[in-house]
Order: sequence, then structure tokens, then C-alpha cells
Amino acid sequence: MKRMSWFNVTSLTLGFAFLYLPMIILVIYSFNASKLVTVWAGFSTRWYGELVQNDAFLDAAWVTIKVAVMSSTLATVLGTMAAYVLVRGGRFLGRTLFSGMIYAPLVMPEVITGLSLLLLFIGIGLDRGVLTIVLAHTTFSMCYVSVVVSSRLVTFDRSLEEAALDLGCSGWDAFRLVTLPIIAPAVISGWLLAFTLSLDDLVIASFTSGPSATTLPIKIFSAVRLGVSPEINALSTIMIAIVTVGVITASLVTKRNAVRAEADTRAAERAQA
Amino acid sequence: MRRFALIAVPYVWLLALFLVPFIIVFKISLSDLALAIPPYTPTMRDGIGDMFAAFDFENFVFLTEDDLYWKAYLSSLRIALISTFMTLLVGYPIAYGMAKAPDEWRATLMMLVILPFWTSFLIRVYAWMGILSNEGLLNQFLLWLGLINEPLVILNTNMAVYIGIIYTYLPFMILPIYAALDRLDESLNEAAEDLGCSRMQAFWLVTIPLSKNGIIAGSFLVFIPALGEFVIPSLLGGSGTLMIGKILWEEFFNNRDWPVASAVAVVLLLILVIPIVLFQRNQQKQAEAEQ
Repeated sequence: MKRMSWFNVTSLTLGFAFLYLPMIILVIYSFNASKLVTVWAGFSTRWYGELVQNDAFLDAAWVTIKVAVMSSTLATVLGTMAAYVLVRGGRFLGRTLFSGMIYAPLVMPEVITGLSLLLLFIGIGLDRGVLTIVLAHTTFSMCYVSVVVSSRLVTFDRSLEEAALDLGCSGWDAFRLVTLPIIAPAVISGWLLAFTLSLDDLVIASFTSGPSATTLPIKIFSAVRLGVSPEINALSTIMIAIVTVGVITASLVTKRNAVRAEADTRAAERAQA
Repeated sequence: MRRFALIAVPYVWLLALFLVPFIIVFKISLSDLALAIPPYTPTMRDGIGDMFAAFDFENFVFLTEDDLYWKAYLSSLRIALISTFMTLLVGYPIAYGMAKAPDEWRATLMMLVILPFWTSFLIRVYAWMGILSNEGLLNQFLLWLGLINEPLVILNTNMAVYIGIIYTYLPFMILPIYAALDRLDESLNEAAEDLGCSRMQAFWLVTIPLSKNGIIAGSFLVFIPALGEFVIPSLLGGSGTLMIGKILWEEFFNNRDWPVASAVAVVLLLILVIPIVLFQRNQQKQAEAEQ
């Protein structure tokens, strides 16, 4: 085993302390009994209780989840199609423009995307609400999905698809039975990415939402502007907990699958020998 | 037919919801402010010919005349540059430590870098508000240590904006540098040391140049979004923090001046084109080198 120098140990310790301490402090102070967030006054779950009774937050959370589910699902379908077109589409008119439109939203400042979509919605007279947020979120997250999926499609062995076609599959069947199962992990991570992007988004949602639909980030932002509040700490803790459990589960599942795949390969090799 | 539909659906979606909105922004940036709904003139209703006749570059001229705007562009560039450099200084040693860590730790360390990325951006910025305020934990800690006699004013200054950008964009810097360092052949450094380099010299002459691509990619990934950042300056920065994303927001929501907000957006986009093109070129060169 390699021994790590004191320098590397120190930089890793300090680095991860910097990344994690602010969030740990936030979580600890969500259990603070005092209204003053910087003074510790004993353990209490009071803010969680108040949070559960706060209808405005619960409504916003519901809108956010609805928007995230709809937009990430739409974005996954559109993004996978776009990735397929980019990797397998061959030449077609306006291909450069198409790939430009896939990559541009990734580097576009959110204020510009938000502003431009709002001006479009007003221009065509579409009332701002859940629908407009879904349209906006789908547009930028489909680009992320397509980048994730196309990186998987590039490394994919095309002859498998051709074999399916030779054996009498239609193009759609070959996609459904061969391609899709192989790119499935990338499609799922694309969906998860789109889902988190939508949950997270403040700027684009602020531009494209109307009075009838407020998302959680908009709600949090307007509360936080006035200063730190223990209720927001409690809400943040719940969100951090969900993400942590999700990411750890996902990485354990991937690891288990990798171990299983390796065991399968070994078993196959043994059977051959 | 099916191929046509496969191409057409995402294509039309992006045309309608990405390209057309930009054309509208550009169009409105050439119009004048009006007390109407929508608050600009001329509109499509005035007829295409009249609309084009009434276009002018007044809003762009306005941007150059009013100090606020060019100061905000310059200050955004400065803040983005300084914080990118600081993120590099913080991120490089972490990436280096990860690359040198025992193999069995790496997956965990990698997950620890990625985990904050999945956590809400807003919450991560918010976490610093309680730490950096005058009565915040950092000041309490420093006072307790006796390092300072009175609280430091950090929140609502540019310093807090730097800390916020470094904190939230750190994973974008670490990952590409780690990827570059991970591929590095250890024996090159040993060779350099055998040939008489000191440890430090070998690091500067071998490791740094060979991780150049990671440094460049990481820096662009921090610089580009930092330039148009809105959440960090509005939560951690003060009234003196000028950043163009914040100005655009205020112009639109507080002043309701859509033509000027659109002109601000067009200019920001023009500034961003340079780093984006450079970044794309760098990525392409790297991809070609790998083949």
C-alpha cells in the first residue's frame, strides 16, 4: 500500500472539511431551540414541527415535485432522441445548428435563459404557471440528458444493433430490445440529473413562473433574503438528507452490479476453461 | 419517415424554445421602453415594416453612457477571474491528494466530491450566510481564539462572494484536474528526480504541465458560470457588489425596463462567446490528442 505524505493528508482533510462543514453546521443548527440562529439554546425539533404546518412551503414543495417529475421525464425522452440523432443521425440539414443548440444551454447564464423564455411566453400570450416552468426546465435539462446519453452511445458497440436488424428486428425493436437496455444506466442518470436540476432551479423558475405557481427554491429565496431562519435550516436538512440517502443508495447499487457483473464474467471464464 | 420524426421533434423543440427566444431578446433590445403591456415599443402589431424602421441601438448607447453598466461588466469579469484563480488554488491540492490516495479510497473520495453537486445550490449558498455574518460562527470562533477583537465584516462584501463561488464551484475544478492527474505516469516524476530535480522542481516542471488540460478545463467550468452568477452576489454580496446577472435581474424585475434588460443580456452573451469558444477548442484539441 502506498503511504500518503502529510501534505496530501492535510490538503484532503482541509478540503473536505471546507466542503462539508458548512452543511454540517446548517444541519446542527436546524435542531436549535432558539430563534436566533447563531446562539445555541439546546436541542429541539420545534422548527420541523412548524415547517410541517406551514402550508405555503408544502404547496410550493408539491408544485416543485410536479414540475420536476414532468420536466425530467419529457427531457429524458427528448434528450435521448437528441443524443441518438447526434451520434447515429448521420448528416442532415442544419446539423451544426442542432448540435450548437444542444451545447449552448449548458453554458448559458441562467438569467439570460430565463429572460428569453419569459419574453417568448409573453410574446405568444401563454399564461405563466406550472406549464411554462415545465417547458423551460425541459428545454435546458434535455441538453444535459443528451450529453450524458450520447457519451454512452459513443462507446456502444454498433454491431450488436446490426445483429438484431439482421435477425429480423425492425429498427424500433432493435432500439427497444438491444440499444435501450444497454444505454439504460445513462438514461436513468440523465433523468436523475434532469430531476435535480429542476428541483434546484431558482433563476429560470423565477422568470417563468406566475403568481399561481411558486416553487420551493423561489419560496426559500424570498425567505432567505431577509436573513437566516431556523425553519429554512430544517427544510434544508430534510433536502440534504434525501440527497445523501439517494446518492449513497445509487452508488451502492452501481457497486453491487459491478461486483455481480465481474462474478458473472469469472464464472463464464471458468465454464469455458 | 421515422428518421425524420426522430430528428424533427427535438430540433423543433430547441428552435422554438431556445433559438426563437433569443431572437426575441435581440429584437426587444432594439426597441424603446413604453408604458404599456408588454412594456416596449414597437411590437409585432405595428406591422413588420414599421417595427424594423423603429429599431435603433439606443439601449446599447445607453449602456455605454451610464457608468453602472460597464462598471458592472468589469466588476463581474474581475470577480469571476479572481474567484476562478482562488478555486484553482483550493482545488488543485485536493485533486492532487485524491490522485495520490490509496486505490481503495478513491471511489469514496470521488463520491464525496460529487455529493455536494447534487445538493441544492441555493442551500449551499445559504449555509454561508449563518457562518459569515457579524454574529456568525466564523466571527465567534475567531473572537474565541483571540485572533480578532471585533467581528470582521464579511457578509455583504465581495469577500463573501469569492467564498461563495469557490465553495459552490469547487467540484467543477477538482474533477477535471483529478482526471488529468490520475492518468499521470508516476515514473516521469521519478525520472525527473533521478536526473537531479528536487521534489518541488519535479512538481513544477513535470506534474503541472502534464495536468495543464485539467487546469484549463476546470478554470473555464468555473469562470463561465461565475460571470453570469445571480444567486451568490444577491445573497452573500452587498449593495456594493456589482455583478451583471444581478443588474439584469433588477433591471427586469424592479425597474421593469425590458429593452435595457435585453440589451444587458445581449452584451453579456457577446462577452461570454470568447471564453466559450476557447473552451470548446481546448476540449476538441484534447479529444483529438486522445485518439
